[in-house]
Amino acid sequence: MSLDPATVRRIARLARLRIDDAQVARVQDDLNGILGWIEQLNEVDVTGVEPLTGAAMMAMRMREDVVTDGDVQEAVLSNAPDREGPFYAVPKVVE
Amino acid sequence: MFELSLVEARDALRARKISSRELTTAYVGAIAQLNPQINAYITPTAEAALAQAEAADAALAKGEAAPLTGIPLAIKDLFCTQGVRTTAGSKILSPFVPPYESTVTANLLRDGAVFLGKVNMDEFAMGSSNMTSAYGGVTNPWTRRGDNRPLVPGGSSGGSAAAVAARMALGATATDTGGSIRQPAAFCGIAGIKPTYGRCSRWGVVAFASSLDQAGPVARTVEDCAVMLGSMAGFDPKDSTSADIAVPDFAAACRRGVKGLRIGVPREYRMEGMPAEIEALWQQGLAWLREAGATIVDVSLPHTKYGLATYYIVAPAEASSNLARYDGVRFGARSQGRDLTELYENTRADGFGAEVQRRILIGTYVLSAGYYDAYYLRAQKVRALILRDFTEAFEKVDALLTPATPSAAFGQGEKMDDPVTMYLNDIFTVPVNMAGLPGMSVPAGLDAQGLPLGLQVIGRPFDEETVFAVSAAIERAAGFTAVPTIRAGV
Repeated sequence: MSLDPATVRRIARLARLRIDDAQVARVQDDLNGILGWIEQLNEVDVTGVEPLTGAAMMAMRMREDVVTDGDVQEAVLSNAPDREGPFYAVPKVVE
Repeated sequence: MFELSLVEARDALRARKISSRELTTAYVGAIAQLNPQINAYITPTAEAALAQAEAADAALAKGEAAPLTGIPLAIKDLFCTQGVRTTAGSKILSPFVPPYESTVTANLLRDGAVFLGKVNMDEFAMGSSNMTSAYGGVTNPWTRRGDNRPLVPGGSSGGSAAAVAARMALGATATDTGGSIRQPAAFCGIAGIKPTYGRCSRWGVVAFASSLDQAGPVARTVEDCAVMLGSMAGFDPKDSTSADIAVPDFAAACRRGVKGLRIGVPREYRMEGMPAEIEALWQQGLAWLREAGATIVDVSLPHTKYGLATYYIVAPAEASSNLARYDGVRFGARSQGRDLTELYENTRADGFGAEVQRRILIGTYVLSAGYYDAYYLRAQKVRALILRDFTEAFEKVDALLTPATPSAAFGQGEKMDDPVTMYLNDIFTVPVNMAGLPGMSVPAGLDAQGLPLGLQVIGRPFDEETVFAVSAAIERAAGFTAVPTIRAGV
């Protein structure tokens, strides 16, 4: 499976990465090189094999649905790009 | 001062033969002297280190010695450190100062460690050369005999390994998603262990591929690593994949010996085109273990060759999801745009380097509608087969011995033209992450050009003790005392 320039642009759009016209050919080559190499997995017979999602050989733990911290307003705001008094201020993200 | 290992320095501190202030001052001086050349540290924290050393000396004077009291360490810049900038080697996190401490570094502070600063790494831990860092490459403290061209320290924990090898820290934290502890340890002639997935908490460690990421130490000796891991490890309710399993005395395991152990040799690790000296070192390692009383057994891990291709679906898929949070809105660097989508796209194109963007694109593609089953689901099934190979091998043997890397350290700028060539570096280390097993790299010899080579010991899940026992036996037999070029004659 080989990616064409339109697909490269579509993936970049999905990934929210600006891609300039001058970059498309290079990125297309890199991605096709990697995907071509990955094709070798098609040789493997995976009939009846259950997918392995992770290496943690245990069931996911649940915790009590209780507040575990809080009252750390200044810490939360310390990386805020902007603030309005005690509020976190960001660009408008809801149209 | 610099000839002391971490364990020797700890003993000298407890015996009050040296003070943490003297020790830390010496290491702070080494950083000032060598960092302009090596670039191992992104953010040195000399002042804070000296204050921690004073506190350690006060504790020692009162007879209150914790496992690492007064020991100066370097911290990979992937671990969030409260009040100290944490970049993950990326421009996009350049303004980020965490208001909290990662569990692993909090455990080290609880045990009295002194932090010398934050060390360099491949951006978001994606790389095998440290060349993808937004803060510049790191220079390996070793050079080839009679050839002073700069070599890479490996990656992604290149700053950690170079700092320890150059005696700019007694030990360092590192992380390993596909070989990022073991490959740089091998390239820099030091020891490093990736413990079992779940042994160290991932809380507060900037995420790359969450089902593979695992923290571990690098240090000059196997026992130094054992002592550090003993402090770093432990159950943490804040990480849902943290294992609720007691932390054993890893240092004691280093003295166990290998008598009666069965050591497996996976035949698929004998790769076409592997340098003869790596094959010879592997055979030497097996001979050492045989002489120490172990039995060598041939085993087969038939899906080894598919490990890397599987990794380059699973890891980018998880990364594309984890890195979605860097959008320029709530924290981190931001670029402007005419609308919100453009703000996102510009922020991410400007803030991420080429390799990170490549992996985000691959991950986005393999998870996209219509391709998920062909790539991601298939990769997860092959991952299950890789784990099954190991599980079956460990029915016959107690540990596996393999080379750590297919070559010694390479030059800065080499292997940069084609991403797949760089990825092949991790051919021996990646399957261990896919299966979640513990794996350790031990320095075992030098190649013909005078560069260090490592052997890898792989163990059963949560059996780091056997990994330490085997690694320590190799270390004793190898008697690796070579010093990196930059420290030769000092």
